[in-house]
Amino acid sequence: MKKLLALLLAGCMAFALCACGTPAEPADDGGEAAATGDTIVIGVFEPLSGDNGAGGKQEVLGMQYANSVCPTVEIDGKTYNVKLEIADNESSNDKAVSAATTLISKNPSIVLGSYGSGVSIAASDTFAAAGVPALGVTCTNPQVTEGNDHYFRLAFLDPFQGTVLANFAKDELSATKVYCIGQLGNDYDQGLLNYFKQAAEAAGIECVVESFPENNSDFNSYLTNAKNAGCDAIFAPTSISYAQLIVEQAAAQGITMPMLAPDTWDSNVILGAAQGKDLAIYVSTFYAEGGDPEFEAGIKEWINADATNLANNGGNDMLAAVTVMGYDAYFTALEAIKNAGSIAAADVMAALPSTTLTGITGPIAFDDIGDAARDSAFIKTANCTNNVWDFVAVQGVQ
Amino acid sequence: MSEFISANLPYLLAGISVGGQYALIAIGYTMVYGILRLINFAHGDVFMVAGLVMVTAAASLPIGVAIVLVIVATIILGVVIERVAYKPLRSAPRMSVMISAIGVSYLLQNCALYFTGGLPQIYPTIPFLSNSVTIGGATTKMVTVVTPILTLILIFALVTLIQKTKIGMAMRAVSKDFETSELMGIKINKVISMTFVIGCFLAAVGSMLYFTNYPSVIPTSGAMPGLKAFVAAVFGGIGSVPGAVIGAFIIGICENIIKGLGLTVFSDAFTFVLLIVILLVKPTGIFGEKATDKV
Repeated sequence: MKKLLALLLAGCMAFALCACGTPAEPADDGGEAAATGDTIVIGVFEPLSGDNGAGGKQEVLGMQYANSVCPTVEIDGKTYNVKLEIADNESSNDKAVSAATTLISKNPSIVLGSYGSGVSIAASDTFAAAGVPALGVTCTNPQVTEGNDHYFRLAFLDPFQGTVLANFAKDELSATKVYCIGQLGNDYDQGLLNYFKQAAEAAGIECVVESFPENNSDFNSYLTNAKNAGCDAIFAPTSISYAQLIVEQAAAQGITMPMLAPDTWDSNVILGAAQGKDLAIYVSTFYAEGGDPEFEAGIKEWINADATNLANNGGNDMLAAVTVMGYDAYFTALEAIKNAGSIAAADVMAALPSTTLTGITGPIAFDDIGDAARDSAFIKTANCTNNVWDFVAVQGVQ
Repeated sequence: MSEFISANLPYLLAGISVGGQYALIAIGYTMVYGILRLINFAHGDVFMVAGLVMVTAAASLPIGVAIVLVIVATIILGVVIERVAYKPLRSAPRMSVMISAIGVSYLLQNCALYFTGGLPQIYPTIPFLSNSVTIGGATTKMVTVVTPILTLILIFALVTLIQKTKIGMAMRAVSKDFETSELMGIKINKVISMTFVIGCFLAAVGSMLYFTNYPSVIPTSGAMPGLKAFVAAVFGGIGSVPGAVIGAFIIGICENIIKGLGLTVFSDAFTFVLLIVILLVKPTGIFGEKATDKV
């Protein structure tokens, strides 16, 4: 009996180990290819679990689709196979460094990611020490690229996004007082809260700023605070998991004031939570569905063809802007590798600043800091009856 | 005056509701402690697993069947954990059992991570509980009203069970003196299993109420409610059922009042400051010393 129990326990442990390992493994097969001559490795540094898991998975989908569209790259007449190595940073600043180290051990020519600024900032030094360039896809905090030569980014920045949303609140929603809520100690949330507040106060909007601790799931009191403070809009730059809870609880409390949110909320998870409810949700994002029908048809077919992809996209084939950004990131990386004419990380890093490309999300070119020049964002609103995002406007900072 | 009430009632409602949910979890902690002198750190994760079972079950079964299935599955999980992870260590030092409990906690979290793929799972809508209701100008979900009532009914039933039935008497005896009650012919294993059955049943009910209010389940969903319920159990005097319930309501209500005062950043800190203060001032908790209240 004792032996049996010991055996059972050991079985449990082994199972736990499998459970830990599996999600972090890359989706594609092949193992030792990294070191061989005709394979080029692109590292993917994304959250596949944790608070940002849903968004990270959608971003990786874009890269995987791009990889399936264009699996090879030609340098000096030699064709290299491109292999994506995916590491899960678990949406956590303390796990980010070990995920980055894992990636570096695979010898990537360039690293793409991450969704979420905090993890990108945390892993930045690891990439710098290894001399590997990193291309941030949808991390929007200025600190990611500031003061370094190896981190580049495709997304617009938080000061820009904060201003866009503040302008939108002023121009379209005629807001006079906005309730701002974000997660404590999260670089992305707190950065945006700060930039939004600056821009909003400059535009004559009063801001009430509050933060919630990690793992909080009770937003009722925060929403009551918003109502009692006499706010006429809510600005919530949170990750998707919290966003879903905020949406649900706002609906339960009968709060109808419009909710403004940045790119993280542009996800079908939010639509699912808002479906059938009386809510007005506006998000600023990188891409509005319908921008490139041919590309969309292709990626939707690809997503629908594979049950895992479909699950990773949240169960339907609705396209998130981060997926499109992931797609563009892959091709920007390929373009940089072509320009470098080499698979060495140092050469790719040198070639990145002058790399230009016309992506699905618009023309891509880097400025002196390493950020893609973008001057406008798309504003979309959640259509709670049809479960789709409706395009509202293209908003700039002026 | 009525304006004051309608402005502040939502905080109180949220507090009572979340307090009731903490109470249902806290009973699991306090009863297991009362009998085994073990802080069952895996209890919060059992609560989370109950949420995940509901998500899976409701996807393919009618909601009534799913509810029953969740309760049965959670009870089985609790009893299996006890048999596999705690029972073989019964004669081992108490610290070993506690470390085993921490191991089970992480095991459950990682299994959940594997099954969910790290994505938040949307909790299904339970009819009636999810309906909107307006009380004194404050709109909320029906579950907010149901939780305290259901909690009190369940606790009344539990206290009756402990005070009036044979198994309850056995529980009280075991909690007083483990060895002696064994010598007196009480079947220890049966009593311990029963404790886990009750604790997990209440955790399953608590999870349905909690996740109806906050409908997203992630692998760490059980961590915070579990910790707060644990603090509630210590606050009320660990080992005491009424103490755990009162402690849970106090924590739930204070937490929300603090958020309402604009000190949102400190809402969690309050709970743990309370834990430290109670351990310094009255280590046995508010009901800890009255031996008759022990399970």
